[in-house]
Amino acid sequence: MQGNALVTFDGVIKRFGGFVAVQKLDLEIHKGEFLAIMGSSGCGKTTTLRMLAGLEAPSEGEIRLGGKPINDLPTWKRDTPMVWQSLALFPFLNVIENVEFALKMRGVGATERRKRAGNWLERMQISEFAERNISQLSGGQRQRVALARSLVVEPEILLLDEPLSALDAHLKVRMQSVLQNLQRELGITFVYVTHSQSEAFAMADRVVIMSKGVVEQVGSAQEIYRAPRTRFVAEFLGSSNIFAGQIAADGTLSTSTGQYRLPRDMSGTRPKSTATLVVLDTRSYLSSVEPGPEFDWVRAKVVGEEFTGAMAKIYLETADGSELRVQSGYEELAKLPMNTGQDLFVYWLPEDGHVLPIA
Amino acid sequence: MNDFNRNRFVEFGLRFYILLSFAFVFAPIAASFVFSFNSDRFPSIPLGSFSTEWYVAVASDPLVWAGLRNTLFVGLIVAVVSTAIGFGAAYTDFRYRFFGKTAYLALALLPPTIPVVILGLAMLAFLSRINLSGQSISVIIAHIVICSPFAMAITRLRLSQMDPDLEAAAWNLGASEWAAMRYVIIPFAAPAIFGALFITMAVSFDEFAVAWFVSGLNETLPVKVLGFLQGQVSPRINVIGTFVFVISMTLVIFAQLLLTGRAKDAPAASND
Repeated sequence: MQGNALVTFDGVIKRFGGFVAVQKLDLEIHKGEFLAIMGSSGCGKTTTLRMLAGLEAPSEGEIRLGGKPINDLPTWKRDTPMVWQSLALFPFLNVIENVEFALKMRGVGATERRKRAGNWLERMQISEFAERNISQLSGGQRQRVALARSLVVEPEILLLDEPLSALDAHLKVRMQSVLQNLQRELGITFVYVTHSQSEAFAMADRVVIMSKGVVEQVGSAQEIYRAPRTRFVAEFLGSSNIFAGQIAADGTLSTSTGQYRLPRDMSGTRPKSTATLVVLDTRSYLSSVEPGPEFDWVRAKVVGEEFTGAMAKIYLETADGSELRVQSGYEELAKLPMNTGQDLFVYWLPEDGHVLPIA
Repeated sequence: MNDFNRNRFVEFGLRFYILLSFAFVFAPIAASFVFSFNSDRFPSIPLGSFSTEWYVAVASDPLVWAGLRNTLFVGLIVAVVSTAIGFGAAYTDFRYRFFGKTAYLALALLPPTIPVVILGLAMLAFLSRINLSGQSISVIIAHIVICSPFAMAITRLRLSQMDPDLEAAAWNLGASEWAAMRYVIIPFAAPAIFGALFITMAVSFDEFAVAWFVSGLNETLPVKVLGFLQGQVSPRINVIGTFVFVISMTLVIFAQLLLTGRAKDAPAASND
């Protein structure tokens, strides 16, 4: 992968006083990939992005861009334009002047500047607003101005700091596809920081999940979704049922709610060691009668349901108070008694289980 | 306000109250204005006939012209220098966090709260010690001390409306710190900077007590007015008073237009 890396974080640590925002980060960002860094607020994702942009200096470690260390390079000498959460458009400049700004700072002549900025406005389909004030634009139009303003210098990498968080849901989805298409057409690297799982999974080639300054997992949406590496990831995704317990002598997992079989490829787990089994909510099923012996199951009470399009998500609670969830189609659900407090069996095939590598 | 919740009496009362307040503030000035056009030597009712003779008398007095020239000269320099200092202080507050910042701000905003007589005396004692009293430069120095905090307060207010990401965004787009100052901070703060220029000039134009202590023979117009008053009671005072009032109000109104007119578009970048 060495030749493919555009950005390398090499043992990067960032402290703010006594608080460690980023702990020993080793991460490679590949040329031309759409990488999302995801986590809840305060997890270090924005700090990571700001270090790459040169707005924060790492306390330890080295950041390399295109193979060259950039720790000591001031932000205005790096070509790492960023799209800000607040967009940070200049309110005293009109649309085309905003887009021209970076070219002006690089000493590009006035006519050349206008031409190149004009091209980008056209590309972002906002040419008609060239002479408008920023305050006269809608949220989506501002987004496009911010993108054009950053991309006008034709960088190798674009940093995006939760740029869609201020938009309403349907505009968000539209801008997601705009961003995704843009990244494919340009073939440059996008580093996209977000707290939204749906944004990260919808757009990114690879997703980095961070928590408390530590990278919990790096992988494609599929990999992370199917095989979370840590309990944090499994909980953060919120789409799995989690059973923690101890491996019994017969190789099953003994938990407070029952004994469960592990998937066959889990040969490495030794008896007596603790382990965490996760089962996706789409691979968990509901029944009012006891399921057959090929399944593992647990009894639980219905506590709530959530309808999302064609599927419904049922929330249940086991006797020991842990929460379970099952995703199911309406037809199956219609056959079951679904009142709150209803006792049901949640069951799954042992082969659909996944044991966390790090319990 | 909702029409349902209106009480006609309360509303009328409030309007009358506002009217009274304005009358209280502006009546003396209005009287001065009226008497400046009165032919009688002493301000009394009934008024004499309309006359511009006092204006002619003032305009033909070379001492008045000298005072006006002095005032304008001092005011211009004070406006430019104290706006520059005030902007620097406000930007320091906006950009940096450092130990003792609260004390720094308190000290920077302190001068207008010192009684002017004390400030004037201190200035006189200090400036005469370094052989700088009794000249125009003395008034300039003293007025810069008084005016800089006003300039700082005005610029600081404007900078506080600025999305702090704007400056970083400029750096991120290739602007050095100087370029970001020139192309982002100053354009954003421009209304406040011009506002501060007008306000500080108006303050300097009006300021009497400190100027009286330190000006010596290079009297500014307000000091000259006092000179008239001590010599003889003359309607010429009304003329000068009206003139000074009109100039000051013009400056303040300009500043107000700049500060309120353009402030509206400020939060647009961060909202929505």
